[in-house]
This record gives sequence, C-alpha cells and structure tokens, in this order.
Amino acid sequence: MLRIENISVKAGDSLIIKDISLFLGKNERMVIFGPNGSGKSTLIKSIMGLSGYKIVNGKIYFEDKDITDIPVSERAKLGIGIMYQNPPKIYGIRILQLAKYLTENGTEINQLAEKLRVDEFLRRDLNVDLSGGEIKRVELFQVLLQKPKLLLLDEPESGVDIENISIMGSVLNEYIKKTGCSALIITHTGYILDYVEGERGCVMIDGKITCQSKPRIVFDMIKKYGYEKCEECKWK
Amino acid sequence: MEIEKAELDELERVGFDSEEKERAGSFIQKDNRIIFSKVLQEGVEVLPIEKAIEIYPEIKEKYYGISFKKIDKEFEKDTEGGYFIRVKKGVKTLFPIQACLFLKSKKFKQRVHNIVVIEENAQAYLITGCTSAKEAENAYHLGISEFFIEKDGFLNFTMIHSWKEDIEVQPVSAACIDEGGIFVSNYISLKPVKKIVMYPTALLEGENSRVRFSSIILSYPNSYQDIGSRCILANKNTSAEIISRAISYGGTIIARGHIKAISPMAKGHLECRGLMITEEGIIHAIPELETLYQDVELSHEAAIGKIKREEIEYLASRGIPEEEAQSMIIRGFMDVEIMGLPEILENEIKKVTDKI
Repeated sequence: MLRIENISVKAGDSLIIKDISLFLGKNERMVIFGPNGSGKSTLIKSIMGLSGYKIVNGKIYFEDKDITDIPVSERAKLGIGIMYQNPPKIYGIRILQLAKYLTENGTEINQLAEKLRVDEFLRRDLNVDLSGGEIKRVELFQVLLQKPKLLLLDEPESGVDIENISIMGSVLNEYIKKTGCSALIITHTGYILDYVEGERGCVMIDGKITCQSKPRIVFDMIKKYGYEKCEECKWK
Repeated sequence: MEIEKAELDELERVGFDSEEKERAGSFIQKDNRIIFSKVLQEGVEVLPIEKAIEIYPEIKEKYYGISFKKIDKEFEKDTEGGYFIRVKKGVKTLFPIQACLFLKSKKFKQRVHNIVVIEENAQAYLITGCTSAKEAENAYHLGISEFFIEKDGFLNFTMIHSWKEDIEVQPVSAACIDEGGIFVSNYISLKPVKKIVMYPTALLEGENSRVRFSSIILSYPNSYQDIGSRCILANKNTSAEIISRAISYGGTIIARGHIKAISPMAKGHLECRGLMITEEGIIHAIPELETLYQDVELSHEAAIGKIKREEIEYLASRGIPEEEAQSMIIRGFMDVEIMGLPEILENEIKKVTDKI
C-alpha cells in the first residue's frame, strides 16, 4: 500500500526527517508515537505532498506508483486521505458544500453527519466558529466521505473530550473494519488505541524511527520509561 | 419589441429573466429608449420616469431630487429616461421586480434618473442589471437613483454591473429610510470597466430604521473602481452595516465606507475584506467612523491579503484540483449569502459568480 524509501525531508532549511524507510501493507494500521518536534507531522504531510516540506532524498510509493512529486489533489484521488491537526479556516465555503463535492450520496452525508454529531453545523463555513473538538469531528467527517484507502491521522484526539473521542473512535473503527483501509496514526495520548488497536507501533525521535512493536507495548514502554529509553530500545 | 435575442442573452447575464414568469415587474431601457415597462403584480407600478411625472405631477415635489437635497448633495438634472417604481402601501411582492439599463451605441452617454418608492409596510426585491453591448465603445452611464423607504417598508435592491474595458460609469444615489424601514443594498461588479466612481448614501431618518450595504467588486488590469457607501444615522435605534469584498486581478479598487452618527443610540459596523490575486493592482480600504454623540456603538474591521497556500492545499487534499480550489476560495470570498437574497435571486447571482 505505502512504501517509503529512504526519504529525507526539509522544512525551510532544517532537515526534519532523516533517511526514513517504512512499509505499510494493505489492511494494516501503524501508530506513530514520539515527542513534540520529532518529525511525525512532517512525515504525514510529506506523504500528502503539502508544500513547505521538501523531500530532498528518497521516494514515496503508493500502490506501487511513485507519488513523490505529484500534486496534492492527485494523491487524494489515488486514495490518500488526511485528517489535519490544525486545519485552516476558510470563509464562504460551507462544510456541506465540500461534503457534496466528496459524495453525491445525500443519505451518506446525513448518516455520517448524524453519527459524528456534525449535522447541526453543516451550513457553517469550513472550520469557522467551531470548537477544537468540533473541528476534529468535521475533519473526520470529511476524510471518511473521501473513502480513502490510506488514512493519515495527525493526532485525531487532541483537544477532544472523552465523550467525543468515543464517538470519533467508534466511527473510525467501524470504517476501518468495513473497508479494511490502512492508516498511519499519530497520537500523544494513546486514547485512540482504545478504539483502533493497530497492528504496529513505532516511535519517532529526532527525524528517525527508533523502535517498532505492537502499539500497546510501545505505548506502555513510553509511559513507563519515557522517550529517552526509546533511543536505546531493543527493537531499534 | 426593439430588443434582439443576442441582447437579451446579454441582459440575462445580469440577472434579467426574459420569460418574466417569476417577476413582479419589468423594465428595460436601451441607450435613451425605453423598450418596455411592465407590471406583473397588482400594487406595483413600473413606469418610465418622464411618464410617471406626467401622470403623477406630485412626484416632482415629493420625490424628485428630495433625497439629494436632504443630504445636501448636487446631482445632474440633465437626464433622459430611468424608471419610477412604486410598491403600494402594504403590498409585499412575491417575486422580484427587474430593471435593465443597457448601453448599445458607440460613445453614447446614457443619463438616467430612477426613483423607487416603497410605501408604508410594503416589501419588495428589486434587481437592476446594467450592461453594455460590444458596439458600445467608449460609452458612458450616469445613473441617478433615489430610494424612499416609508414607515416599516422593506427594500432589497440588488445591482449587477457588467461593463467592459472602455466604459465609464457614475452611479449617484441616495436613500431615505423612514421609521422602522429597512433598506438592503447589494452591489456586484464582476467584469472589467474603465472607471466606476460611486458613493451611495443612506439617510436613516426614522427611528428603528436599518440599512445594510454589501458589495462584491472584482477588478481587472486598467480598471479603476472607487466604490463605497455612506450611512447617516439620524435617529434613535438606527443601525447600519457596510460589508465589502474587493478582489483585484490587477486593477485598482478604493473600498470606502463611512458611518456617521448624528443621533445618539445608534449602531454601525463596517467590514471590508480585500483579496489580491496577483502582484499587480491596488486595493485601498478607507473605513471611516464618525459620531457627534457618546451613546453610539460604531466599529469596523478591514483586512487585505492573498489566498493562503494552505487553504488551497487543504481543499486539494480533499481531491479538488488546485486551480479549482483557488476558484472555490474566491467564490467563497465573494459569498453571496451575505446579501440575504431570496433563493430565486441568490441562484441567479450564483450563476453570475460561478463563472469566475
């Protein structure tokens, strides 16, 4: 599904990702942990092709197609969907308008909107006048309407209260079970693991992947020893 | 009918509905000739101005030039044509009334005087489209308009301008709003033009009267558009709102706004946003607030910038090609929903803006 071969990524002049290789199979979920500034978000944004992140070395393949240099919209059309951590506010474009662009099936829009409790603000402008938790629900709403084969989730639970994490987690889990889509999930709190277990977990430190195991095991190790220990991890 | 099919197509681009099924009245003037003026709903009058004055001589004393006199403004008296539209007391129009002022001949100077009267407790939507034919090289349009919104009356006036590179335009208008009256004025200019200078003024004379001016202006290279609105809050509990969206593709836009309180207990808000699409062009926002009293609430916000790369990419990451994403953002910026139009008119306007 996703194959990353020795990529190095610069944001501005700083080298953020340092020679990372990663393979994610079909129907496989990988959870990425790591301290702030370790390069997790940069990795996800590089896969999506967002500007400001320059791949200075290496290649990214999606379903065996080299996507290293293709535009963002084409990546989305191939089946990559991203859930942003901090999406921009866009005035004058309604959430519903974008939803209708993503699917012509009105019933699907309504059902998902109801499940994610975003139905009452479908007529609002994108990410305008929404709370942190509402923005996250709207993000998940949009990305699931895209029906991606690969989900890139950048801290889906940050700023979301427990009740809403449960709503989002269940909907996400249901989508993954139903479609068997792959996912790269960044998490700090680990709450998302209660809903999406994930087959693999890893830690990113200073632009490198330092250890890999089952997400729950990695998370428990981090809780126990902190990120410092990850650098000397036996699964390195 | 002295109007050709190709001309009607032109008029439809500025919101004219030639089938007139969903219109309460209809008026077309080509250069200085009145093509027709029709009434399609009882309680509505649509007449060429000269004819109206002939039938109702009292118009001269009651309305003609009166709004300008009240705001102490000179106006051109040498005019030919224009419409007189009156909605009678208590009549609420089901469909909009439409009017078109069309420039056809080379170097023609069209000078019209329009008067719109919304009588007590009446309600109307009026859409005026102004446009020009290809042949109308270096032509000129002067539009004098006076609006009288009487007690508890409501008027939503939408003007769409669609000119071309060599045409100069000068709309001069004033509105008097009586107690409890509401005047909503929308202005849309999406095509190139040589020069437009306009500064419509609303005088809120009656208690509890309200006004809202919204404008969406696109400017292309070599266009000069000095466009603004002025509201004079002259009584208690009056309120005014001015919203403008200026988009420069290389032309010059001066976006003015002036809210002046000459009575206590008045409110006003001015919002001006500008978007620069290219490195060329100028947007100059000049918001002004003025009061003679302490007990008022006046505010303004103005912001000018470019489309943010992250906004385009956000939409692109949902599968929308970058160029289309940019158009979507510009259309969103022009947000016609701010104009509070009935669905039928909103759809017409969206058809116009969707072509951007």
